[in-house]
Amino acid sequence: MSEALARLKGVSRVYQKGKERVEVLHELDLMIPNGDFLAIMGPSGSGKTTLLNLLGGLDKPTGGTVTVGGAELSSMSNNQLSKWRSTHVGFVFQFYNLLPVLTAQKNVELPLLLTNFSGKERAERAAIALDIVGLSDRAKHRPRELSGGEEQRVAIARAVVSDPTLLLCDEPTGDLDRETAEEILKLLQILNREHGKTIVMVTHDPQAAEYASRTLHVDKGKLESRAAA
Amino acid sequence: MKYFGLIWRNVWRKKIRTSLTILSVLVAFLLFALLNALGQAMSGGGAMTGAVRLVVIDKVSLINFLPLSHKNKIAQIPGVAVVSQQSWFGGFYQDPKNQFPQFPVVPDEYFALYPEFVMPEEQMEAWKNNRTGAVIGRDLAELYGLKVGDRIPIQSTIFTRKEGGRTWEFDIEGIFDTTDPKGGTALLLFRHDYFAEANTFGDGFVGWYTLRLAEGADPVEVANAIDLQFANSPNETETSTEAAFAASFAKQFGNIALIVTMILGAVFFTLLLVAGNTMSQSVRERIAELAVLKTLGFKDGTVLGIVLTESVLIMAMGGLLGVALGWLAGLAIGSAMAMFVPGGIVVSTEIVLLAVALMIGAGVLAGIFPALKAMRLSIVDALARG
Repeated sequence: MSEALARLKGVSRVYQKGKERVEVLHELDLMIPNGDFLAIMGPSGSGKTTLLNLLGGLDKPTGGTVTVGGAELSSMSNNQLSKWRSTHVGFVFQFYNLLPVLTAQKNVELPLLLTNFSGKERAERAAIALDIVGLSDRAKHRPRELSGGEEQRVAIARAVVSDPTLLLCDEPTGDLDRETAEEILKLLQILNREHGKTIVMVTHDPQAAEYASRTLHVDKGKLESRAAA
Repeated sequence: MKYFGLIWRNVWRKKIRTSLTILSVLVAFLLFALLNALGQAMSGGGAMTGAVRLVVIDKVSLINFLPLSHKNKIAQIPGVAVVSQQSWFGGFYQDPKNQFPQFPVVPDEYFALYPEFVMPEEQMEAWKNNRTGAVIGRDLAELYGLKVGDRIPIQSTIFTRKEGGRTWEFDIEGIFDTTDPKGGTALLLFRHDYFAEANTFGDGFVGWYTLRLAEGADPVEVANAIDLQFANSPNETETSTEAAFAASFAKQFGNIALIVTMILGAVFFTLLLVAGNTMSQSVRERIAELAVLKTLGFKDGTVLGIVLTESVLIMAMGGLLGVALGWLAGLAIGSAMAMFVPGGIVVSTEIVLLAVALMIGAGVLAGIFPALKAMRLSIVDALARG
């Protein structure tokens, strides 16, 4: 493995729920090398998604630092984080989160609206991304006309269209049947191995985690490492 | 512009809801354009530049009569080519809903005042030879199927005949047309001498005077000279343009400007509630989608702008359609009310610009709270809620 793409040092995340103080992550240290395919497992409420949110600049730690690609996210303003996310990170959600009013093609083009590409260039790049996930023939279809697996493929195409170094996947196969889930996981493997994407995937599913190069377990806000399958 | 496709599709996310909202905006702006144009038509005309006719009324109120003795004095004022008297007869034909203007006039003088009205010479002669004769405009003749030779009863709401009763019968001796393409001819003219003789009151008095200016006469100077002539007399005058006269006439029905303002105030208040509710619902049902946009890197300000633009776009679509329909309605109504609003009911550039400003303002007002909600939403919380 090469140098670190992401590094978390002494990261804590505390939420205040009424008078109750809930510590979701406790002084957590983590290094993610460039090109890694990391699976994060753990029970519900263990802090997996919070960890993913911190890596993606969607949330800020209450203690410690989060550095990704040389940028220290914890000290950035909201607008700086927005700009950083648009170029450095792609997100894949459990329920796809495609915009129902847009076609697959237009959904994939969404992140490119934040660039200076012309309409033609945006369309070309979205077509390439759809081709990578094997959905060129579904470009004009709206999400409701696609199967769950196809929707997730479109979501992956949207995540990679702006060519980010880091892909963050939150339960990407949680809403899919076994066969479709395996297709998605193989696609993620290809993106990792052939396209050099660093992938961090949160999952409940041990079989899904087997597709990763290594697996970390989070429990009660702390990390424990186990050997990769 | 690159966000327009996204905004446009979001606007039409719920087609029925958006269509109904646009319809309510359309009605509001139709009323806005039409009522403002009507208000302008009835309150405008203050400027005398370019006026060819002036109207002399009682200084206190249009409903006060002026003495017939004013006529010769006005005629002698330099710059006055023709002057003649008119009065509001206030009658109806067969049914109270069949109302149209009727004026007792002096035939030759009236047609000299209004050269745009044309009628065959033999019909004019026949009218002048029959004291109970009347002439009607082509519009009126077509409206009620009247023709030369008919005898038409007019029930006056103001004047009683010396012989008793308020039903005045006239022989139609002529039908006149107009050369003014914007002018209407839905009116009846009968002879002032017959009116003065048969009427129970008001002999020696008239409603107002209309005068035609001589070539090159300055309307302001003539108006001032007339009013000065009767200053400090028991019947002081106020001389103005025909449009200003129409405004005075309209004021008899109430304060048009205030009525317009109150109606529009109520309409726009309701409109803001309707459009605001539409935008609130629209944002509420796509919290997760807005969170996804922010996740992808859309800045808070961009999300705010997208939601606000959706709101303004809905307002603009309904508003522009409404103003266009208001313009068409103004043309139609103006033509039908040409006697009261000689300049027509025109949706002016000023009204259109005001309407556009209102569309933007109302769009921002209706969308600002949902837009702020969208802007401030926490990505983590919104995604967790799904």
